[in-house]
Amino acid sequence: MTAILQAIGLSRRFGGLLAVADVSLALAVGELHAVIGPNGAGKSTLVNLLAGELLPTAGSIRIDGDDVTGRGNWRVARCGVGRSFQRTNLMPQMTVLENARLAVQARVSARGLLRTLRRDDASVSIARIALSRVGLAESADRIAGTLSHGQLRQLEIGVALAGQPKVLLLDEPLAGMGPEESETFATLLRELSRDYAVLLVEHDMDVVFAVAHRMTVMLDGRVLECGTPEAIRASAAVRDAYLGHSV
Amino acid sequence: MTNIAGLFAQILNGVQYGLLLFLISSGLTLIFGVMRVINLAHGSLFMIGAYLAYVTAAATGSLWFALPAALLGGALFGALLERSLFRRFREREHLDQVLLTFALILLFEEARAALLDNQFHSVAIPAALDFSVRVTSEFSYSAYRIAVLGICLCVAALMFAFVERTRVGSAIRAAAENAEMVDLLGIDASRLHTLVFAAGTALAMLAGALAAPLQSVYPGMGDGFLIISFVVVVIGGLGSISGAFWAALLIGMIDTLGKAYVPQAAGTAIYVLMAAVLLWRPAGLFARA
Amino acid sequence: MRCASPRGNLALALAALAIAAMPFYASPYHMQLASTAMIAAMFALSLQLLVGGAGMVSLAQAAFFGIGAYAVHLLARVTDGAPSILLSLPASASIAGLAALLIGPFALRTRGFFFLMTTLAFGQMLFFVFHDTSLGGGADGVFIQRPVLGAFGVALELTRANRPTVFLLLNLLVLTVMYAALWWLMRTLFGHALLGIRANEDRMHAMGHDVLRLKLAAFVVAGALAGIAGHMAALNDAFVNPELLGWHRSAEALLIVLLGGIAALHGPILGAFAYTLIGEIGQSITERQRLVEGLVILAAVLLLRNGIAGIRLPT
Repeated sequence: MTAILQAIGLSRRFGGLLAVADVSLALAVGELHAVIGPNGAGKSTLVNLLAGELLPTAGSIRIDGDDVTGRGNWRVARCGVGRSFQRTNLMPQMTVLENARLAVQARVSARGLLRTLRRDDASVSIARIALSRVGLAESADRIAGTLSHGQLRQLEIGVALAGQPKVLLLDEPLAGMGPEESETFATLLRELSRDYAVLLVEHDMDVVFAVAHRMTVMLDGRVLECGTPEAIRASAAVRDAYLGHSV
Repeated sequence: MTNIAGLFAQILNGVQYGLLLFLISSGLTLIFGVMRVINLAHGSLFMIGAYLAYVTAAATGSLWFALPAALLGGALFGALLERSLFRRFREREHLDQVLLTFALILLFEEARAALLDNQFHSVAIPAALDFSVRVTSEFSYSAYRIAVLGICLCVAALMFAFVERTRVGSAIRAAAENAEMVDLLGIDASRLHTLVFAAGTALAMLAGALAAPLQSVYPGMGDGFLIISFVVVVIGGLGSISGAFWAALLIGMIDTLGKAYVPQAAGTAIYVLMAAVLLWRPAGLFARA
Repeated sequence: MRCASPRGNLALALAALAIAAMPFYASPYHMQLASTAMIAAMFALSLQLLVGGAGMVSLAQAAFFGIGAYAVHLLARVTDGAPSILLSLPASASIAGLAALLIGPFALRTRGFFFLMTTLAFGQMLFFVFHDTSLGGGADGVFIQRPVLGAFGVALELTRANRPTVFLLLNLLVLTVMYAALWWLMRTLFGHALLGIRANEDRMHAMGHDVLRLKLAAFVVAGALAGIAGHMAALNDAFVNPELLGWHRSAEALLIVLLGGIAALHGPILGAFAYTLIGEIGQSITERQRLVEGLVILAAVLLLRNGIAGIRLPT
């Protein structure tokens, strides 16, 4: 599998603190790569670096062979990276469909922006497809702020999908979810991993071990270990540092 | 040789103007930084301080009573304003805050017009300082201006010491950096806000009282200072007192020297500087990275 | 920001007709007052694009209004005599828009508080340009020659008698076109992107929108529209002075937008008429104009949560 997103030696320093140190990983379409680690391990910083929100102090990022290091988050998004946020970050007073449509719209050319909404069927269909992918097709016309927490987490991913990315960066999508919702979400994640290169940051170990094809364990900003879920589960180093004695 | 003397005078004027500007801007940057409230009426506080000096000087025959009056009165007035009005403004949108504080400007002007008048008034320099200090054989400088310089520097030093060395001061610095942290640290946010607002008001009114003999008192005198202090805050960095200090000095010098030597460009020079800062270092020239 | 309901649009259309019919029933003074209100409405509409559209609270709008007004004066100097309105109107729009294009890249690097302060400062800078230099008549302002209402030799001659009527209809025309243009713009993908920026700018970045470019476009369009309003003001008064660019004027425009209701495109129109009316009533009661204005602002901000447009009539 050819890697579509490659991070090489990424580091990010905040004053005296090295939040991410020399992290390398590769994402390929059809693969779900999970990143786990205790709080403060640098997982969120890593996601922000890959999404272009933060400038790395060292290292580079390539998408499809193209060096996108330091391009800024909106440019990275246009290169085919979609991200969901750990804390729901949407337009609460707009409808679900409008939220998704805005993500589709980001790729419209300058002249295309002067098209009126009514004529914009293309964007609407793409948005609807993304919404049905995450199971929100019937809620399309509801005001986003009225959705339940679980539905909002679905919409977070839906909006990322609507941008038609190749890479999905999912930052703790299951945050605040109960067990049944997590189950459904796990199925969604598995489906998504077939068509996209997915990076999943999560704390829910059951889900992670069920859906991940590869895992990276981070500790204090560094990669502690990287490998298949079985290898990670068997690793003594990981157990000592993070998982505890029984997994 | 008068050129050099003139230059010295202008430089001193620039420093003195910059220091007055610092008094006003420090309050503004703290109020923005800590309370996240836009207060367009800050310039009016300067005006109120100046008119207070005029009234006190007229009543007591001496300007000296005006300074403590401005400080204490300012602190009380600021605390009152914060508790009664600004506390409620905090939750509001920017638009609302802009308009509410703009309304305050109008109402303050109207109150002054009702209590006093709409005239220019000059305020006499206190007799004890009404002379020139001979610095060199060529160059003398107004003793009052030197006194203003001294007072402002003392206030600045006290402010630095307070903010850097005391517990309350570090609370202020923490709040300026991160509003949520204040609650997490268990600091009483509302008391902190009242303190900051009272201090900011007192400083602005003190600046007005000090400036009164230098430029007379007149309606709308706070307007010019208001906008320039905004520029100081932009250049110095939100919530940063040291930033405000150096930015105020820089702007004071550019403005004074500009007006003296290149009058046509003087008005716009400061804004060109602000534009440059926005392009190069949007967080402020002196802000921490 | 929503557009008026069909019933609301009907009401606006009827109001426009009522204004157009004023020459039949109203005095010249009242027609002049209506013109003033309509110019204020144009100015406030330009600001509404920024505030209600993209969530950008700017205190520089008056500067573009003033530049549009001064452009009439400057153009007359270039054309050596009164220019045609077909030339002066686009000129005002273009010069004001250009000023916005020059300031925008700097001001738009800031957001929220900083944006407010920056626009305030830049607005004042432009004020000083006209106040301190001989570009206009300096601090006192200058009387200007009105643009000719026509072109290529064919012109409508303005007399004392017909001036209020002509201006009334002309301002009504410009206001209607401006409103229709903004109504269309807010229905495009661009308009919707602005609403997205207002709702959640950070997410718009993350989605891949070039937010800076979108905001700059809005800033320039708003500047150009303010310039048109300034042009009509100069035409009306035949006089321009630096106070037109002052930030107090920008604050007043913000008040009108708030008074009418930020959530509605037609809010500024309602706000402008209400504000003009209140000013008239105030002037007849007291000389203390600042007091009246201050109290109006307090009432609008503290009482009228959604502006006049937000007042729901019982059905």
